[in-house]
Amino acid sequence: MGTVFSIDVRSSGVESAVMDDVVAYSHRIDAIFSTYRPGSDISRLGRGEIRLAACAPEVREVLRRCAELRVETGGYFTAHPSGRLDPSGYVKGWAIETISDLLVSAGSTSHCVNGGGDVQCIGEAAPGRPWRVGVSHPLQPLSYVGVVESAGPLAVATSGTAERGAHIVDPHSGRCPTETASVTVVGSSIGLVDAYATAALAMGRDAEGWLDRQPGVSGIVVGADGSSTWLRAG
Amino acid sequence: MKRILFTLVSTVAGLVALLSFKTESHPLSSPGALPSAGLSETGATTGTTPSAKTTSPAARSSSAPKAKSSSTAPATSKTYLGASVTTRYGIVQVKVTVRGGKIVNVSFAQLTAFDGRSQQINASAAPQLLQETLTAQSAHIDTVSGATYTSDGYLQSLQSALDAAGVK
Repeated sequence: MGTVFSIDVRSSGVESAVMDDVVAYSHRIDAIFSTYRPGSDISRLGRGEIRLAACAPEVREVLRRCAELRVETGGYFTAHPSGRLDPSGYVKGWAIETISDLLVSAGSTSHCVNGGGDVQCIGEAAPGRPWRVGVSHPLQPLSYVGVVESAGPLAVATSGTAERGAHIVDPHSGRCPTETASVTVVGSSIGLVDAYATAALAMGRDAEGWLDRQPGVSGIVVGADGSSTWLRAG
Repeated sequence: MKRILFTLVSTVAGLVALLSFKTESHPLSSPGALPSAGLSETGATTGTTPSAKTTSPAARSSSAPKAKSSSTAPATSKTYLGASVTTRYGIVQVKVTVRGGKIVNVSFAQLTAFDGRSQQINASAAPQLLQETLTAQSAHIDTVSGATYTSDGYLQSLQSALDAAGVK
């Protein structure tokens, strides 16, 4: 499976050469973390062929963060979603955030990085105009549940049961939740809100209550019946 | 202003990185200006060229790595076009070159990003969640959050090209 990244730089004066770094970084992350590559660090670690100390330093960082997120989400976010080591659920958001950081290092003050529908925005869409992020409707093609509007740093992540054929599993029960069609979580860090969206989707009916208790995030939960619940940051 | 689209596709064939960027004044619609990435049989990624402006599909094809096949029969290349798929983000059409039953090149035949249009709205401190009834045609938005929306179009188009090529 693949992810399409769209990088929209609104700042002037950012050299397109920064894309060399972005592409090189993306290849490095794929080589380290791809569960589709038997020779990646993560595949070898999962099979017990190498120890954590022998992996790239990014593996330690990601697994440490996954362990923290597991606690924060009551076990609903895990680096072992189907019993084996697979931190992909965190790696995508983390990679989007790192690409955004690379652009900031290259002098960008306004940009938006979208990795497969998970979004990190920095600055403004145009001077005086906030970013507008459409939240796609999980059940109605080509329409939106709503729009998230804010200046950066803004992060919007959506997880849906339609995504890759219901790959989201409740790690406690092993079943796929069917009550919820999609969960969108809004905050300032895509690494965090992406993991929260994945966890909240796995919670099924408990998603709304849990999201409501998380500081600094807001969200939209769309039920399997198409009803939507809006949870605003308090 | 630049908008850059690239694809990271992990498949059994390995990683494909497809990268392009468009400027406001030069929409990416000319097939000759589109980049592509070569694929080796071993799955290693090679020769990704981030500059869309200087790369032509033909040039990329010729620099794709030679297949390390034990077969000595000369294999000819054939190119297959995927269906043109309209996504929320833009129009995606994929071109696949196959030689000796192996994919040796994947590129965009068409990649047209819909631009977010400007609208004057006061910036606010906290993210505003706006319950608007919108369609893709009417929404003034900069980007879309949703479950794998663009890769859907990419994969649909890629799949249709692979179907045409008879490659699994």
